[in-house]
Amino acid sequence: MAKLTPKEVLLNPLFNNNPIALQILGICSALAVTTNLNTALVMSVALTLVTAFSNLFVSLIRAQIPSSIRMIVQVVIIASLVIVVDQTLKAFAYSLSKQLSVFVGLIITNCIVMGRAEGFAMQNPPFLSFLDGLGNGLGYSLVLIAVGVVRELFGAGKLFGITILQPVTEGGWYQPNGLLLLPPSAFFLIGLLIWGLREWKREQVEHTQFKMAPQVRKEAF
Amino acid sequence: MSNKESTSRTLLVALAVSLVSSVFVAGAAVSLKPLQTQNRLLDKQRSIAAIAGMGGRELPAAQVRELFGETIKARLVNLETGEFADEFDPVTFDPLKAAKDPQLSTVLAAGEDIASIKRRERFTTVYLIEGAQGEIETLILPIRGYGLWSTLHGFMALEGDLNTVVGLGFHEHAETPGLGGEVDNPRWRGQWEGKRLFDEQGEVAVQVVKGGVDPQSAMAAYQVDALAGATLTSNGVNNLLHFWLGEQGFGPFLAKLRSKEA
Repeated sequence: MAKLTPKEVLLNPLFNNNPIALQILGICSALAVTTNLNTALVMSVALTLVTAFSNLFVSLIRAQIPSSIRMIVQVVIIASLVIVVDQTLKAFAYSLSKQLSVFVGLIITNCIVMGRAEGFAMQNPPFLSFLDGLGNGLGYSLVLIAVGVVRELFGAGKLFGITILQPVTEGGWYQPNGLLLLPPSAFFLIGLLIWGLREWKREQVEHTQFKMAPQVRKEAF
Repeated sequence: MSNKESTSRTLLVALAVSLVSSVFVAGAAVSLKPLQTQNRLLDKQRSIAAIAGMGGRELPAAQVRELFGETIKARLVNLETGEFADEFDPVTFDPLKAAKDPQLSTVLAAGEDIASIKRRERFTTVYLIEGAQGEIETLILPIRGYGLWSTLHGFMALEGDLNTVVGLGFHEHAETPGLGGEVDNPRWRGQWEGKRLFDEQGEVAVQVVKGGVDPQSAMAAYQVDALAGATLTSNGVNNLLHFWLGEQGFGPFLAKLRSKEA
């Protein structure tokens, strides 16, 4: 593997190797917290911090971690960070933490965090690992915010809770698209986003791993 | 130094990591606890103030504290006798915790439990705003019940006649955003203002109705339009109102208050 420059490590996850769009990780929370921008933003910040610092700490002690318990050590570090983030949110941004409810806690099981700790921080020095965590967190944030803008604007006519398109129910003209407030819409949006990204960066298109053989034997009558 | 993969080394690393992490987590939890408790209380008080029409959800913390220091008084009520009680401090008493405690709650029979809350606490906290002569100006009652996905927790504020609604709102629920979640919509909540709960005979008459309230109807004063596309949440709100206004809920308490006034 060629030597990685800090800039590459930080910026590659934004478009070239986006954790959601290319690695298809962390979809669950991306569906759940993107109904409005406030929660999407807080979730992005929380995940970015957790990924960056868990990478840093895992990388710091990577030479000491016995390989038989490396996963559980990573999880312990991640879980501790997540609890601290959750507690901090409850203390300083109570109403937002209420809206995010269980999803902050679920960062623990977010594949992006674990994936970066195992895939990058275990082999690389602390500073690069920290940047890699930051970059992947930002890649996740980018998708979350893009999806959040569409969902909140067209689903509720608002951005950051401020009315932009006056909905019919409040005496305006805009008929909000209720589907956008439900989780399936995030699937469609992320799908469209991945399609767009792969049109732009053709090298991300996956090769077909197998081809279905035409059926030749008649088995059912 | 022994081999990194040896058993003793593995145990040592596991122990060290757990120790450092637990100190870190415990430290954060303990040091942030006072702020969190304060936030929770403030959030509840803010929603009570909003429902009683004393300011929006954005009311600054200092003002909320002032309101609860002077205007809004918390009182403990015994739901069985319907009388004010002082077994516990009403400010710190937690009715939800009490509802889980066998000593402080009763199991509801299937027929009685129309709000699907399973157990009802024996004591609860109500909030009063009193006038100059000590008469009740506004009475704020805690209400809860099951909607579609979740238990809706809220408050209902009544005027001094114990019949006219000042406001109703839910500060905690997990109904579908955009459908049942519209119980939070200020427009929908605004409908409750001025509605009547009991009819001439003193029966619970308030209703959440589908298809819109006909303003010509004699029942219009008791009816509120249901939420569009959220039948089960609307039914839930209807049921929980009937429960909390009925015999198992605040019925005895409201009756006592009324007879005192008469």
